[in-house]
Amino acid sequence: MMEIRTPKTHKAKRVLEKRAPKLVENGKKTLILHGTKTSATLSSVLMELYRLKKGGAIKYSRRNENIRPFESGGETSLEFFSQKTDCSIFAYGSHTKKRPDNLVLGRMYDHHVYDLIEVGIDNFKSLLSFSYDKKIAPHEGSKPFICFTGEGFENVPELKQLKEVLTDLFRGEVVDNLNLTGLDRAYICSAISPTKVFLTHCAIKLKKSGSIVPRIELVEVGPSMDLVIRRNRLPNEGLRKEAMKSSKDKPKKKVKNVDQDDVLGKRGRIFIPEQEVGKTPLPDKSKGVKRERREGKLKKKKNKEEGSASKKHKESE
Amino acid sequence: MDTEMDQIYQIDVGNLLAFNPNHRFSSAPSSREELVKECVTEGTKLVQAIADTLFNFPSTESVDGPLVQLPPPTTKLPREKHLPRPKPPTKWEEFALKKGIQKRKKDKIVYDETTDKFKRRHGYDRVNDDNDIPIIEAKASDEPGEDPFAKRLDDKKKRVDKQQKNRLQNLKSAAKAGALPSHVQLAASALPITGTKAQPKKLGKEELGDVAGLAATSTASGGKFDKKLPGEKPPKKQGKHHKYLPVVPRYGWVDEEKEQTNKVLGKLLSKHSHEILNVGKAINMYNDKKEKKKSGRSDKLKPKKDITKKKPYANKAK
Repeated sequence: MMEIRTPKTHKAKRVLEKRAPKLVENGKKTLILHGTKTSATLSSVLMELYRLKKGGAIKYSRRNENIRPFESGGETSLEFFSQKTDCSIFAYGSHTKKRPDNLVLGRMYDHHVYDLIEVGIDNFKSLLSFSYDKKIAPHEGSKPFICFTGEGFENVPELKQLKEVLTDLFRGEVVDNLNLTGLDRAYICSAISPTKVFLTHCAIKLKKSGSIVPRIELVEVGPSMDLVIRRNRLPNEGLRKEAMKSSKDKPKKKVKNVDQDDVLGKRGRIFIPEQEVGKTPLPDKSKGVKRERREGKLKKKKNKEEGSASKKHKESE
Repeated sequence: MDTEMDQIYQIDVGNLLAFNPNHRFSSAPSSREELVKECVTEGTKLVQAIADTLFNFPSTESVDGPLVQLPPPTTKLPREKHLPRPKPPTKWEEFALKKGIQKRKKDKIVYDETTDKFKRRHGYDRVNDDNDIPIIEAKASDEPGEDPFAKRLDDKKKRVDKQQKNRLQNLKSAAKAGALPSHVQLAASALPITGTKAQPKKLGKEELGDVAGLAATSTASGGKFDKKLPGEKPPKKQGKHHKYLPVVPRYGWVDEEKEQTNKVLGKLLSKHSHEILNVGKAINMYNDKKEKKKSGRSDKLKPKKDITKKKPYANKAK
């Protein structure tokens, strides 16, 4: 026995439609949560990450004991939360003796874990410790510049994955039109060693220069930390292919044998197969098959009938 | 503007992303501050490169500032949800396709011939409203006792139910293809666990009380010290339920136990004892026992009764 459940209010309907799979997707929301134990640095990291992503992040304040992202059974809670809050990136912080100040950044596809990367946090400087002119403080929810420096991001596979995850995390919404006065923040990520990335958040100062393009000056405002790569999990190939599919993947099929010319216009080429003289079927020229003979026969028949009919007519008259 | 710098950096303007793959950080950093400074200067160069391309785009003036059309991002990132799947055609859509029926747009206002007015098609005061028909003419096929108005209502109800059933079927096939519309959820309603379609019987107040009492008495202390829920009534009939009569009678009082047994004997041995024997029931019990034995159910633990032995009062019943 199945029953159909539809939303009873317009608001509920709009929420459901917003969360449905679409061709062009909304910006990814981030879920920030922590495990049984967190250190002071880790809790401030999570708090500041939440502040940086204010419009598109949800922070859970309770401890979560049964979340173990790298174990096969430990992802069910994460997937459930992802489903409930419609978040496809998560940042899970935990602090253990073996892995101090541990942050797991993960992404979801269809509310199932897609890939994970675990980093340790070193040399964390909170945004409260930076002193700067309050006028240049970046506004909440502005689209950031993201910069990566270092050959490590190209050569080391873990750093490559981290680059992708950080891009996804900081990107926000994909917009068509951008207001140039609203550009006020930049994230700088530098691969200082094959296992370490230095991440910092800066505000942008636009200074007058000779041309239309202003001179850019960066002032460190936000949290800065060192990310030490620990474990990671890449997505399996089939899932990756499916997730990377987009609606405009197939290019327009090239029409063969058609040329466009300015002088002659649209021209086509026709290929005629080789004529095999020995194998061509010859026409059937036997006596009864010829069209003239067939038609002649039909005519005779018609005349006969007409003749008899006319005879009858004459007789009746 | 494609300067030399752009060719060294990988720039994705749509994402405001820049990547410099050629910079090498010294493996022995001088100091933390020096390293930070180096990173920030490199970052500045990258942001400058993006800004170069960005500010050279054609901009439109708006209230907040110059607006610029961003190109679509070039770095491919994984989607968060699957691509929307195509919906399988409904039963009606398949039929319409086969027959070549085209969809026709319906007007909201329709001309009503009975009142020579334009009325709306749906809603208050609509065209062809079922409630407005004053007279229904009788046809030759009508039965004499039938109420045509009730019949019309009944027909409508049947049509609506059929449509609901069809809608459910269409949604089920869409759900199977993974293309259920976003605002619809198919949920399983209460399923009967038994093989029949009978709904599971719900316990009433008294029955629940009985069951609670049973559960309480099965505890070690007989349910005396159980914490009571708010609103729970005290258990009925506490203590022992069997009344035993005193074996030794009180001086001057009637021996109650003797009386009890005498009463029963008297009834059995009296003239009218056949009236208290329920003959039908006795015969049925006898027959059941016989059948059970026939079916071969040998209970080795049961004492074997000799069925040839007749019951003592069977003759008297005749």
